[in-house]
Amino acid sequence: MHLDSELDLARIYRNLWLIRRAEEEIARIYPSDKIKSPVHLSIGQEAVAVGICDVLRVDDVVAGTYRSHASYIAKGGDLPGLFAELYGKDTGCARGKGGSMHLIDMTHHILGTSAVVGTTVPIAVGYSLALKREGKGRVVAAFFGDGATEEGVFYESLNFASLHDLPVLFVCENNFLAIHTPLEKRWATRQLCERVRTYGIPAHQITDSDVLKIRSLAAEAVASIRTDSRPVFLECHTYRWREHVGPGEDYDAGYRSRKELERWQAIDQVPMIGEKLNRADREKIEAEVEEKIASAIDFAERSPFPDPAELYKNVHA
Amino acid sequence: MQMNNGAGTQRLLRYVDALSEAVAMEMQRDSRVFVFGLDVDDHKAIQGSTRGLVDRFGKDRVFTTPLSEDAMTGVAIGAAMAGLRPVHVHIRMDFLMLCMNQLVNMAAKAHYMYGGTVNVPMVVRSIIGKSWGQGAQHSQALHALLMHIPGLKVVAPSNAHDAKGCMIAAIRDDNPVMFVEHRLLYPTEAYVPEDAFTVEPGRGRICASGTDITVVGVSNMVLECLRAQELLAEAGVHAEVIDPIWLEPLDTMTIVDSVRKTRRLLVVDNAWTNCGASAEIMSRVAEQTWHEPLHMERMGFAATPCPPSPTLEREFYPNPATIAARIHEMVRPGVTWKPDAERASLAYQMQFRGPF
Repeated sequence: MHLDSELDLARIYRNLWLIRRAEEEIARIYPSDKIKSPVHLSIGQEAVAVGICDVLRVDDVVAGTYRSHASYIAKGGDLPGLFAELYGKDTGCARGKGGSMHLIDMTHHILGTSAVVGTTVPIAVGYSLALKREGKGRVVAAFFGDGATEEGVFYESLNFASLHDLPVLFVCENNFLAIHTPLEKRWATRQLCERVRTYGIPAHQITDSDVLKIRSLAAEAVASIRTDSRPVFLECHTYRWREHVGPGEDYDAGYRSRKELERWQAIDQVPMIGEKLNRADREKIEAEVEEKIASAIDFAERSPFPDPAELYKNVHA
Repeated sequence: MQMNNGAGTQRLLRYVDALSEAVAMEMQRDSRVFVFGLDVDDHKAIQGSTRGLVDRFGKDRVFTTPLSEDAMTGVAIGAAMAGLRPVHVHIRMDFLMLCMNQLVNMAAKAHYMYGGTVNVPMVVRSIIGKSWGQGAQHSQALHALLMHIPGLKVVAPSNAHDAKGCMIAAIRDDNPVMFVEHRLLYPTEAYVPEDAFTVEPGRGRICASGTDITVVGVSNMVLECLRAQELLAEAGVHAEVIDPIWLEPLDTMTIVDSVRKTRRLLVVDNAWTNCGASAEIMSRVAEQTWHEPLHMERMGFAATPCPPSPTLEREFYPNPATIAARIHEMVRPGVTWKPDAERASLAYQMQFRGPF
């Protein structure tokens, strides 16, 4: 899957900009208390979700975490449904029963996300087991953070996916932080890719968050997964600009420095890709994105809250 | 005894064979059903309960797993969300502790938390161990932990007829069903229809009619209660024995109706009493009958881990003699009575061929 066409760049920019702006809007609205759910923003991390999802087919599947607005949007998840879910409305993607940490959109093959770190990794693997039997060449991209790789279930999942030759792309969004605890207090060694390779799974590391590099490695990985039905692992370094949970920044908290942020902002993929487009195209995309977000927010604001009787529905299928 | 479920020719079948027959019939009927778990495909076949499945359905649909209970539960959930119908097998219930994150945080909640857009149709089989020094970690009956969680269904059949009917119902259910078996029930026989049939969630059964007291048994304790009931017959005490079969959803009204008649309730759980199924059953009865004078008691495991030494293990479990003595004391307070020791030991030779 080569990339050089204007169309590809425009699509990638549109998604990067859409995620960035949607989350900036979430942060703007948040202090009004209209959003009834703790938000874990992906601002700064957009390139991973966009680079991976750009090479997926419509019928491929993504699995995510509590910080998954980015992968939800990048995979084509319904935007009004996302905002309505954050508002706790009946029209939300989980009908007001999930919230920001439990997004889902099965129409666009986005599996439900989870607040408990690592929990969706084996579920993605189980889903890929079903896809392998289906035999249509579909793959699952499983997104998770660096913290998830400390959970035992992560290694159990790698082992099983390799043992059973399952069509799953493991994507570690390594932002070096578990809430506020840095990697050096958590990992005995940094060789995550080496650990993964011992399970017979090819593993690649991208350290500069270059969206085109991520896309290119993902394209290669997904092509090999489709033909060989074997898992592949990508470790994508990235950086969370905002606080762990909530709309603000927390560089005065002392656990990280603003200088670190500035190093990542210098390679921020959103303007870097934007600058590759001609000005008219870029402005057109940005205007369309603003309209799309405004319409999604309007939808959320106008939608009704669930009827109280809804509380007892859906406990069982 | 009279069948109240099922159709077609019936024959005596062991509990263990009823389990494998039910799963085989569902696998034959529905290609989405698969069975996995450590050792389901080996020569011992989970104490016989998966016997023949791998030969008949192949290794893609019947396969062993790594010792990764946490991830394997997630795999079952993911496969179920994708439309398959997994049956995940654990040779002892104690191992479910390694699955609890996935069961509690995902399997139980997915349908609700994702706004009804996904289903998790999976069955988790696990076996409670007992006797011959199973010890602290091969004997636990943890159904109450599971009953606590909205979204999980919990069933503990006590005989071969219900083992088959509940297994077919569990596999066909669109929700996660925790299927609780008991090792000592495996060789017991009952009349079981050859055809497929279901024993549906939320319906218990009166196994023996009586007027003096209502006795609710859970899992293997249903049999112990029936043995106690036989011992009591010579003393002229008539116990009504109820098997709830499904613990969640629980058939409260069958129990309440019986208690309204007998005015006495003894719940004998195959588990600890503290915060257990017995506590739940008694609470529900009390909520329905608060204005009526009733006498309620309960029995269960001693409030200790299960010891392996025979003299200690004997003390740990309720048995037909201790159950019978407790019933007698409730029905005729102040009158000292104990079943004859020899008769009590012979109680284990009684054959109870369910479904009662």
